[in-house]
Amino acid sequence: MSIEFKLNGSKTKLDPQPETTLLWVLREHLKLTGTKFGCGSGLCGACTVHLNGQPIRSCITPVSALAGKSVTTIEGLSKNQSHPLQKAWVEAQVPQCGYCQSGQIMQAAALLESNKNPSREEIVAYMNGNICRCGTYLRIIRAIKIASAKVNEG
Amino acid sequence: MKKPDILDNHMPSLSRRRFIAGTGGFTFMISIGGLINGNWASANEDSEGSKNKGSNITVWVKIDSEGTITILNPSAEMGQGSMTALAVLIAEEMDADWSKVKVEHSPIDPKIYGRPGWGGRGYHMITVGSFTVSGYFKPLRQAGAQARYVLLKNVSMKWKIPLTELKTEPSMVIHSASNRKISYGEIASFAETIKEIPEIPEKSLKKPGEFRLIGKYVPRVDIPEKVDGSAIYSMDVNVPDMLYATILRTPVNGNQPESFNEKEIKSMQGIQKIVRLKHGVGILGKRYENLISAKRRLKVKWSKGAPAEMFDSEKILEGYKNVVGSGKKGGHVLNQQGDADAAIQNAHRIYSSDYFSDHVYHAQMEPLNAIVSVNPAGDGAEIWAGTQSPSGAIKAVAKLLGTSPRKIKLHPCFLGGGFGRRSMSDYIVEAAELSKAVRKPVKLIWSREDDFQYGAFRPMCLQRLVAGLDADGKLIAWKHSIVGDGRRLLSSGAKIPFYDIPNQHIEILGLSHGVRLKHWRAVGHGFTKFAIESFIDEIAEAEGVDSYQFHRQVMHNSPRALKVLETAADMAGWGRKPPDGHAFGISFAERSGSLAACVAEVSLEKSSGKIKVHRIWSSLDAGIVVQPDNAVAQMESAIIYGLSSVLSERITFKDGKVQQSNFHDYHVMRISDAPEEIHVKIIDSNESPSGIGETGLPITGGAVANAVAALSGIRLKHLPFTPDQVKKALKL
Repeated sequence: MSIEFKLNGSKTKLDPQPETTLLWVLREHLKLTGTKFGCGSGLCGACTVHLNGQPIRSCITPVSALAGKSVTTIEGLSKNQSHPLQKAWVEAQVPQCGYCQSGQIMQAAALLESNKNPSREEIVAYMNGNICRCGTYLRIIRAIKIASAKVNEG
Repeated sequence: MKKPDILDNHMPSLSRRRFIAGTGGFTFMISIGGLINGNWASANEDSEGSKNKGSNITVWVKIDSEGTITILNPSAEMGQGSMTALAVLIAEEMDADWSKVKVEHSPIDPKIYGRPGWGGRGYHMITVGSFTVSGYFKPLRQAGAQARYVLLKNVSMKWKIPLTELKTEPSMVIHSASNRKISYGEIASFAETIKEIPEIPEKSLKKPGEFRLIGKYVPRVDIPEKVDGSAIYSMDVNVPDMLYATILRTPVNGNQPESFNEKEIKSMQGIQKIVRLKHGVGILGKRYENLISAKRRLKVKWSKGAPAEMFDSEKILEGYKNVVGSGKKGGHVLNQQGDADAAIQNAHRIYSSDYFSDHVYHAQMEPLNAIVSVNPAGDGAEIWAGTQSPSGAIKAVAKLLGTSPRKIKLHPCFLGGGFGRRSMSDYIVEAAELSKAVRKPVKLIWSREDDFQYGAFRPMCLQRLVAGLDADGKLIAWKHSIVGDGRRLLSSGAKIPFYDIPNQHIEILGLSHGVRLKHWRAVGHGFTKFAIESFIDEIAEAEGVDSYQFHRQVMHNSPRALKVLETAADMAGWGRKPPDGHAFGISFAERSGSLAACVAEVSLEKSSGKIKVHRIWSSLDAGIVVQPDNAVAQMESAIIYGLSSVLSERITFKDGKVQQSNFHDYHVMRISDAPEEIHVKIIDSNESPSGIGETGLPITGGAVANAVAALSGIRLKHLPFTPDQVKKALKL
């Protein structure tokens, strides 16, 4: 089985076994290790990437679903940590162990794409699938607010 | 932190000596306390080649001619921020310009990089109990002051002026009399190693008023690489020629594999090797996804007869009542003062209450994993792992291979959460055993289901508290009996050093069930302080006294503790009317030498039994706080971790098997259940630092239970307060 898709803007061709999921293709075949394995069942959000701009859980996405589509991972979100969310994440000192944060940032980036000025309630509803065991939730909300304000300033 | 060298080059043999030689000329290493033989080259060798047995040979700082200051971090970084805090301690005393500081992992050599152990026994590299900053506070400031001395001494020799005429500003040595100054980078380009570095006594170190970095806002050094996916956890390490591995472990602790469908599994695509272990069967292959399929097909016949087979947690917890009521003697006594039994018999009023708590699971976000490469001779290994106990892991792998710890090299990685689980080395030893069988690097990945099934949990227990009051309503007698498995794990937090009660008897009635137990963030404090604080509140209510005032009365001779309690109460505006449908609860606890208190604002949806914690006002006295913003973050973290365990986390066993398997049936707190606000106030102090990473946790259980009692009149006495438990309590 041969699959072609765009990965962080570049054409990518793979010959995976059909049951392989996007997560293991990214992490173990392509060595893009910023996307994390947390639960393997779409329950924790650590593996969140964008598929055609939508946040998905790569641990339950078979590679066969990628044909002709575009995948963005944390490595492709920006150059030099320049995405407003990445800057806000540093400003609010969000990460602790950091393991879930690639997924958190990718989920938040999809939120800001669709809603430039989300309310607290909208942030909470959108981010509820992403577990942070260090409990950085209040700082995540703060950082999304900071980034949203920056985006709206232009 | 730098990516591990292995990413570019398999099996680096980058000894410290070679590192020094390779960068020499423009670099010098400051050998702190190098008095034992004064030879910096040997003092800087790694443990393998070290000839120095003295514990005061330490090497912490490197400066290059550009002025970049590299400070080595001896602690595990699992989110608690120690890699920044420890570097701040050195940078403070050496007067380093923080913008020029880089932090790297130190080698794993406890003789050089360890902190003094408990009771002065040896030196350890283990990151547990929130002891890191407190344990290193004095030695690393002294190390920083010695680094500064080396810089000053070199300038004094170069300029031929007395050292006492020199002073420092950040990364700069100043001679005011001649109006000259020179940067640390410039000094590094000509500096020689100083053979006689004096010990710098604590009284010569900076006073708190002179701190430039300690107690100020210093952003964490690990955060930038944690926002772009470049931070390296062991899960991210790839070693050329490595095999992936998974293990099917016995579902009942203690049973062993008797037979399995080896032929069938071996014939499956991509399977290279099957290894029988004492507690399971390992499968190795080139691709992880092949292992998942093979593991699903693996059928193992397990031996029978492990004691854990009898373990049905719900029934046995219920049965603990018979143990505590049996008058069983010979418990392990944690504190005995006065005569609690006699005082209770003569008391004016007696109160008694039982508190239950279930097992809980660490749920660190990075499932356990390790890469181990055993050498072809089988007498040495390299390890890549995130571990709280690197020296323990090295010892355990050396024991497995029957070799010297000197032949084991561990490359520390970031930990995707530790919380006590990564202070065990089981997952590293497993990877070593598999690598030993194939003599190739092996990357062992636990699935989340493995992480649950073979977890090591905070134990369940029953606590019975009995108190006696005199005619004036003063607490005069206190009995606390804890029934369960895991003695040291149960005793933590049971003592009440800040409560003035003359007659006390605190004991553990120990049992053994054969299941896997381990330290979990704040250890027993999570449930012991829940019981103690609930009981105090219950007595206060029965006595018709405000809980805060009753606390103050019991704490009257502990001014430091009183201040913590009063601060939290003031923050919340204790005594004011809560918003409609809400109530406040108050709680105090000590942990890792620090003191904390909080007020929780809670509401309860009676139809569903769901508790919502809206706001937390918390106070912390942790002595001198090195990184205030990070201390606030740790309080937020421990409070959320604590609330999560209080409201929803629960592991149960049936026939010795763990019943939960992933985040659908084990509920950790999500963002929608987090409090809307967590306020943290750090109390100013010039006392030595104490631990922070766990201190916010023990205050959560009591505060929530007491708020629910204030709201509904119902006392919740079984952790966690799941909606089912709450509904059950409401019907009573």
